[in-house]
Amino acid sequence: MSVAAARPAAEGVTLEIDGTELTVPRGATILDACRSMGVDTPTLCYLENLTPVNVCRVCVVELEGSRVLVPACSRACEPGMKIRTDSERVRLSRRLVLEFLASSVDVSLASEMQRSMIRYQAQPERFGSAAAPHAAGERDRATPGHHHAPNGERHQTVEQPVKVDNELYVRDYSKCILCYKCVEACGSDAQNTFAIAVAGRGFDARISTEYAVPLPDSACVYCGNCIGVCPTGALMFKSERDMRDEGTWDESRQTKADTICGYCGVGCTLTVHAQDGEIVKVSSPMDHSVTRGHLCVKGRFGWQFVGRRDREEV
Amino acid sequence: MDLHYTAAAPTAQERAAVDQLLGPPTSGWEGGARRPIDGHTAPDAREARGRRHLLLPALHAVSARVGWVSEGALNYICRRLTVPPADAYGVLSFYALLSATPRPPTIVHVCDDIACMVSGAQALCADLERTVGPAGSPVGDGSALWLRSPCLGLCERAPAALQTVAGEQPRSEPIAPASSADLRAALAGVATPAYTPYQLPQHGSSDLRLLRRIGRVDPTSIDAYLTAGGYAALRRAFELGPAGVIAEVSQSKLLGRGGAAFATGRKWEAVANQPEQPHHLVCNADESEPGTFKDRVLMEEDPFALLEAMTIAAFAGGCEYGYLYVRGEYPRATRRLSGAIEQARARGFLGQNILQSGLRFDVELRSGAGAYICGEETALFNSIEGFRGEPRNKPPFPVQKGLFGKPTVVNNVETLLNVLDIIVSGGANFAAIGTPASTGTKLFCLSGHVVIPGLYEVPFGVTLRQLIESAGGVAGSKRLQAVLMGGAAGAFVTADELDTPLTFEDMRAVKATLGSGVVLLLDDTVNLEALLLRIAAFFRDESCGQCVPCRVGTARQEESLRRLAAGRPLGSLPQERALLTEMGQAMRDASICGLGQTASAAIESAMTKLNAFTRTAT
Repeated sequence: MSVAAARPAAEGVTLEIDGTELTVPRGATILDACRSMGVDTPTLCYLENLTPVNVCRVCVVELEGSRVLVPACSRACEPGMKIRTDSERVRLSRRLVLEFLASSVDVSLASEMQRSMIRYQAQPERFGSAAAPHAAGERDRATPGHHHAPNGERHQTVEQPVKVDNELYVRDYSKCILCYKCVEACGSDAQNTFAIAVAGRGFDARISTEYAVPLPDSACVYCGNCIGVCPTGALMFKSERDMRDEGTWDESRQTKADTICGYCGVGCTLTVHAQDGEIVKVSSPMDHSVTRGHLCVKGRFGWQFVGRRDREEV
Repeated sequence: MDLHYTAAAPTAQERAAVDQLLGPPTSGWEGGARRPIDGHTAPDAREARGRRHLLLPALHAVSARVGWVSEGALNYICRRLTVPPADAYGVLSFYALLSATPRPPTIVHVCDDIACMVSGAQALCADLERTVGPAGSPVGDGSALWLRSPCLGLCERAPAALQTVAGEQPRSEPIAPASSADLRAALAGVATPAYTPYQLPQHGSSDLRLLRRIGRVDPTSIDAYLTAGGYAALRRAFELGPAGVIAEVSQSKLLGRGGAAFATGRKWEAVANQPEQPHHLVCNADESEPGTFKDRVLMEEDPFALLEAMTIAAFAGGCEYGYLYVRGEYPRATRRLSGAIEQARARGFLGQNILQSGLRFDVELRSGAGAYICGEETALFNSIEGFRGEPRNKPPFPVQKGLFGKPTVVNNVETLLNVLDIIVSGGANFAAIGTPASTGTKLFCLSGHVVIPGLYEVPFGVTLRQLIESAGGVAGSKRLQAVLMGGAAGAFVTADELDTPLTFEDMRAVKATLGSGVVLLLDDTVNLEALLLRIAAFFRDESCGQCVPCRVGTARQEESLRRLAAGRPLGSLPQERALLTEMGQAMRDASICGLGQTASAAIESAMTKLNAFTRTAT
């Protein structure tokens, strides 16, 4: 096969989605194609600034000729594909994925997922009542290949005490859907620090440092990029968590303003979130050409002095 | 990479175990003594990043020496290989045969999986619980413990166990059949009873092709193999040339024997045609499907044949490197193969210029560490590369991007062994055996309630009834309840369906599968629901945890079966069964790999064909 023959005459790929023919640029994913034609496709583990891991399976679509459903987020469009995004099979799998997650994880802060659950009429309560939460460290000690047989009376969850081992982040793994985003942001997709990875196996799989050591003993550099990509609030600024615990966190009273970080010469854009005139957290726009939504510890957390009356003394 | 380590340091023993595998460290960067120059330069930092594939062998080395992998040992391995400790911990905590917490040196893994279960494993485990204490708790002076294990691939001599002893001279030996006294002795550190060489039920039959050397040719001697006609196929392959070999294999219509039944010739041709270099060859010997032991027998009793077949596959696919990934539960196969590789190298059957043909090819043996999922080809690649054994999304397929991202031929042991006859006798002759769509002969692993359990070779098209009769018929109560075909990921065949021919197509017609060749007979005294619960627990244990449908689905499926078995469904019985069916469909449709896609297969088969789980609490 010659190189010339391998390249189609047109620059695009023509395929059919829900009966509508469309042409997308080469390399576009099914998700890109769906979004370009306004087909609302739920995603959980997908994020524009990270490599798709296609693990949540909520974006699956039906591809004619394929035995199983395919993930829209990572499957590239091929000429002549015929795709259905709202068939019975697609709806069932999406609903089950949402029910599986919502029955095992606290998804109360996962706003996008909440919308998908309404759309697909997910009923996580049909698995019955939940088992008692795990003791601190219990899930970290799970051994691969050996689990305690459940009795089925109460279904298992990942609920466990929150991990607070430093001044900047809170890790609440009861809210973790294991989307791998934090691992990617900590690793080669952004920070290249590799402080966390997925450990364990099966339902006992979890995000962990080596031997579950506290973050200050790990390689963590507190860039906060894991917080920036977390879709469920499992990873959170301690400042936000404290305000939520006090009941004072109120996004409707918050304003956002973009500014340039003054710490070094790179010039990252900071989006400063303020509530009642006080900074409550900092993020960066995902489409920013330099940061792609990621920051360092100074940009992300170096604002505690702002507004402090005693700052001349600090 | 600028990596961060905790303060934990390795013991001298741990360091020695790693150095024995990797050689002494060359610089302070690698965990050796810090030299003045190390402050200015990192001599082989670039190469260091290419050593991650040695992670699992290094974890094995420490584990074999001290029984578990401490934080200090992991730090040292990570320094040597330039792997982030959190990543390495993710790998360590993935494998059932490794431990990140202190463990006694002697471990006895007692199989309680489906084939052993119908052969008395439950009574054996109950006896151990009563006499030495519960699984997982140190026994006696604390130098040993026993664990329940998934299938150890010794089903023809069930119930089975595996003793591993860590130390200066680590040992790993199967104990099968195992008595309670054998296991107590094994826990006390006594050497295991002698393992009798495999007795082939069809020994002496002139119809054998794949099994013809077994029991007749000394598997420890390359000379014996050569005398028996060994390496004639490779010489013939050199005459045919790579394209000629592929043509014969394509003409033979050989389909993969690992379970997926993909055309071998097409796979080889696809790799041969890839412009990207180098090409890799992987032999998938991670046989872990419960009830399967065929590849173990082939590797233990005919190791040179596998090496010859791998060399032919490498020649056809243009592969320079071959990896032989053997499951960690197969110590005898591993030793036999490693001895065979050494002899083949010494005699010029592996290496730079094989038989003066100009072919350069060598085989590296890799051991799994207790993970069924690593039998999935892309998970196996990740395991070799030093990552968690999580399957990759396909496409790209292995023939495009496989091991180390390069075009890769990956074949099962039995598939490869078929190639020898195809090359010697010609693809057309091979295709004349069996049926038009299922050519050649097939190995079947008979276990459970059968008079003569063991490995059988028959041409495709023989009926299941004929196969069972050739093995002496149904044992136990002599009244057959059902046959589980294809293992935990397979399906049941009822007594009414025994006249089904054993072919890929006929099995599909009765909604069953040949899969990996498991034929597990269950008499009417077997508690089918207990067996299904064991299968559900197996998938819950073996799911890698990557994708949601499988990670949560396998846990929810087990919970649902527990409720059904207790006669306490959620809502009504039809509601619970509907819930189970929906979960099964989502796992089948939306999981990344075959594990999740088949995790409900046997259970659904039993529910529709055998009326399992149809009662409520009384």
